[in-house]
Amino acid sequence: MSVLSFTILVWLGGLAAGLLGALTGLGGGVVIVPLLTLFFGVDIRYALGASLISVIATSSGAASAYVREGYSNIRIGMFLEIATTLGAIAGASLTTILPPGIIAVIFGCVLLLSSYLSSRRPRDNPDCVPDRLTAWFRMESTYPTPEGEKPYHVRNVAGGFGLMSVAGLLSGLLGIGSGALKVLAMDLIMCLPFKVSTTTSNFMIGVTAAASAGIYLGNGYVEPALAMPVVLGVLPGSMLGSRILGGASVRVLRLIFTLTILALGIEMIYNGLSGGFK
Amino acid sequence: MTENRQARLDQRLEVIIGYTLRIGVLTAAAIVLIGGVLYLVQSGAAVPRYHTFHTAATPSDNLSGIVRNIQALNSYGIIQLGLLVLIATPILRVIFSVIAFALERDVLYIVATLIVLAVLLYSLLGHGV
Repeated sequence: MSVLSFTILVWLGGLAAGLLGALTGLGGGVVIVPLLTLFFGVDIRYALGASLISVIATSSGAASAYVREGYSNIRIGMFLEIATTLGAIAGASLTTILPPGIIAVIFGCVLLLSSYLSSRRPRDNPDCVPDRLTAWFRMESTYPTPEGEKPYHVRNVAGGFGLMSVAGLLSGLLGIGSGALKVLAMDLIMCLPFKVSTTTSNFMIGVTAAASAGIYLGNGYVEPALAMPVVLGVLPGSMLGSRILGGASVRVLRLIFTLTILALGIEMIYNGLSGGFK
Repeated sequence: MTENRQARLDQRLEVIIGYTLRIGVLTAAAIVLIGGVLYLVQSGAAVPRYHTFHTAATPSDNLSGIVRNIQALNSYGIIQLGLLVLIATPILRVIFSVIAFALERDVLYIVATLIVLAVLLYSLLGHGV
C-alpha cells in the first residue's frame, strides 16, 4: 500500500471515528486508537499521538459553539483544569514507561467503562445543597432553559477535583479526551445540570490534551504524516455528527455504535493480553 | 464588584473565547491541509512505515526539530506548524482567561488560571524542546 492510499483510508477512518465519537458522545479519540492499531497496524504510540491531536481539534471546534450559548461554566472549568492538566502530565509520562500491551489493556477497559457511562440517562438533580467551599469559590451560576435563565448550585468540589485528576491521567495515558469521566465528575459528584456538565467537559478537554501534547511531542509520538489525515478526518466527522445529533432521533444509531465500541474494547484487551502490541 | 458586572464580563469573555477557538482550529486545519497536499504530491508513492515505532526522539520530532523543519518549509514542517497552532489554541484560551480574570480583579481565579498555564508551559517547554 502506498502512502497516498494509506492516507486516504486513514482520512476516511478519521471521518467515521469523528462521526461515531460525536454521536455516542464519547469523542473521536476512543475510536481512533483501536482503528489505527487494530485495523491499520500502526504502533500504539503513533496512534496515541494522532488521537490526542484530533481530540484537541474536536474539543476546540465544539467548544467554540457551546461557550457562546452560555451553558459552560468557565470558572468551574478553569479550576478543575488544575486537576486534569496535572493528571494528564502524569499519564503522558506513564506512556513512556508502561509496555504497549498494558496500555492497550487499560485502553480496552476504559472503552468498556465509557460505553457504559455514556448509556446513562441525562438527569438533573434539582435539590443540591451547596457546601462552604463552593460558596467561597463563587461557582454558582445560571444556565439557559426554555423558561429563561435558571440558577444552579454546586457541591463537593474536592470530590470532583479528585475524579478530574483521574480523568486527566487517563487522557494523558490513552490519548483520549476522557469526556465521559469528566461529565460524571461534574453531574454526579458536583451536582451540575447535565447540559452544563457536558459543555464544560468539552471545553476542558482541549486544555487537558494540550498538557499531554508537549510530552507526546518530545517523545516522538506525534508523526505529522499520520496525524494529518486523522485530524482532517475527525474534525469534519465530529461536526457532521453533532449536527445529526441535533436533528433526528438517533437511538438506533447510538445503540449500534455503543455495541461497536464494546467490541473494540474487548478486541483491545484481547490483543493486549495475547501480545499483539509490541 | 456587583454580581451583574461579573456576569457581563463573563459573557464577554465567553464570546472572545468562542472566537479564539474557532479561528485557531480553522487556521490550524488550513495549514495542515496545505502541508498534507504538498506531502502527498512529494511522497505519495512511498511506502508508509508506522508499524514500528522509530526511536523516542528523532531530532525532527521535538520542538527544536519542528522549528528547523518549519524554517526549511518542507511538507513535514508545514504540517507540524499546523499541529503546533492547534496545540497553541487552548493555551491561548487560558492566556485570555488570565487577562479577563485580571480585568475583573478576581484574585482567586487569576491564581487558578496561572497554575493551569504554568502546567501547560512546563509540559511544552520542559519536554517538547
